[in-house]
Amino acid sequence: MTLTTEHTTLPVFGQLPPHSSRGRQLAHIAEAARQIRIQDLKLVHHAGAGHIGGDFSAIDILATLYGAVLHISPETVDDPERDRFILSKGHVAGALYTTLAAFGFLPVEELATFLKPLSALNGHPNRNKVRGVEANTGPLGHGLPIAVGHALAAKLDVSRRRTYVLTGDGELQEGSNWEAMMAASQHELDRLTVIVDRNRLQQGATTRETNDLDPLDAKAAAFGFAVVEVNGHDHGELYDVLSSIPFRPGKPTFVIAHTHKGHPISYMSNNVAWHHRVPSDAEFDQALDELESARIPTSDCGEPS
Amino acid sequence: MTTATTTHGSIADRPRFDCRNAYVKALVDLAQEDHRIVGVVNDSVGSSKLDAFRKAFPDRLINVGIAEQDMVGVAAGLANGGRIPFVSAASCFLTARALEQIKADVAYSNRNVKLCGMSPGMAYGELGPTHHSIEDIAWLRAIDNMTIIVPADPIETAAAMRWAAATDGPAFIRVSRMSVPEIYPSDYEFVAGKAITLREGDDVTIISNGTVLWRALAAAEQLAEDNINARVISMPTVKPLDVDAVLAAARETRGIVTAEEATTAGGLGGAVAETVVQHHPARVAILGVPEFAPTGSADYLLDRYGMSPEGIANAARSLTEHH
Repeated sequence: MTLTTEHTTLPVFGQLPPHSSRGRQLAHIAEAARQIRIQDLKLVHHAGAGHIGGDFSAIDILATLYGAVLHISPETVDDPERDRFILSKGHVAGALYTTLAAFGFLPVEELATFLKPLSALNGHPNRNKVRGVEANTGPLGHGLPIAVGHALAAKLDVSRRRTYVLTGDGELQEGSNWEAMMAASQHELDRLTVIVDRNRLQQGATTRETNDLDPLDAKAAAFGFAVVEVNGHDHGELYDVLSSIPFRPGKPTFVIAHTHKGHPISYMSNNVAWHHRVPSDAEFDQALDELESARIPTSDCGEPS
Repeated sequence: MTTATTTHGSIADRPRFDCRNAYVKALVDLAQEDHRIVGVVNDSVGSSKLDAFRKAFPDRLINVGIAEQDMVGVAAGLANGGRIPFVSAASCFLTARALEQIKADVAYSNRNVKLCGMSPGMAYGELGPTHHSIEDIAWLRAIDNMTIIVPADPIETAAAMRWAAATDGPAFIRVSRMSVPEIYPSDYEFVAGKAITLREGDDVTIISNGTVLWRALAAAEQLAEDNINARVISMPTVKPLDVDAVLAAARETRGIVTAEEATTAGGLGGAVAETVVQHHPARVAILGVPEFAPTGSADYLLDRYGMSPEGIANAARSLTEHH
């Protein structure tokens, strides 16, 4: 199995004009998310590696941010006043590259180099090699402090630019996140938004079995954040919250996005085995069929069974 | 390699200065010239002597609290936002506690962050090995894309900061709290990666930096009384190393003594040894700290590990005798 440009079929989406209706925005995000999943599935299957479970848990969040929320485009990728998005869970680099390609930051054909020798598309993102990447993440617990630093810089500049960081939930077991959260509330960084991909699964077990984070909402609130919970696969809920920053004046925002690893693939969703498993040919065909049929099931994103 | 001349009279008799005062003065001056410069600290305003900076630029001193991982990540984020952060914290905590942030967020991400390791080496003396920072050089030498500077006096400290502020990219600067005499002329200009020959000589070479450099010069004075002409090379930049200066010493003298307030494994001595063993094998004696040091003042401990002027002179003498 070799990944080639034959497998890079992703259409390029831009953002809609700024005053497009909410309904049009949500339809735009939904189609982008569906196409990003199809492309990411092809990358992981044909490259024979990747973190597809975490990719699929995060793609609705990524598609909402890049599709309709972030003030950033391929033309403004170096503009000091651009919004910043920092992917703290760097192991879902495949989802990030595919999203960047979907919105024109990266040539779609370049996705065919994913994980190949000397490719810019490493298993974890490198900002010096891929336009649109803000930080070289991978080790967990690094993105949130970097986001706090950028939000501080924006505040010093008296700028309206916003900072978004996406973390995993297992990742919040790293203490550096909580150091950064204390600093964020101390400095009243209300243009900073932490989004937690709350899929309740880590590498080999549930968060509950490992080092339970609950009550995560109360913890974040105690650290001085305005806390919002959303269905992380519901583009409407994501869009409404992420485009309403600052959510509470004077407070940074903590969005707990309830998700399922592997969503919405029937055999993958909420199944711990799919942290970094690679779909077989039959599994690939089935997943592609489910995505192409576009009958994406809704999910209540509760505790993994 | 550049050459500087020293003034007459023994260096050991000159007045001595705490480099942190030069550090904060340089930081205030640089911040006045460039609005992008900010300070980032882990509650270390007092120990970094940053009161003057805080007074001049209250908004530009970011204190994240006692949280080193966050401190270095925040600095990387400030750099992402166009600022030039000078992170100022005790070297032991900065380099050990935040090593992964230094590697990933600063060096690998190639962020314009200046890491200032305060009170490095054994400056905390009797507080013991938890507070000693003798491993910092070896740890950071192993990281790609990291310039490592160990200034020897207040003039070089300020000059290195001026260079770092003007040069895009990651850098680590050690800032001594142990008092040292002035070695350089006031118009000294720091050039990264360049050694400075402070004393010419063809019998033996002493390569040193930081708080030990004046001791190396004093050792050379003692050796001169025995008609041994020691070349003294100041090597403020441990990485990238001035390979030409090291190889010239290997070719032209009978051996090289390295002397530094850092671990004997992987520091300046390691860098010099790696160079000569691959390109021009020569006798090398590495002076440094080989263990968790027992209780004692920094001066006492440097003497204990052979880095008194007499100790360095003895190490150099033995290289000339056993050849």
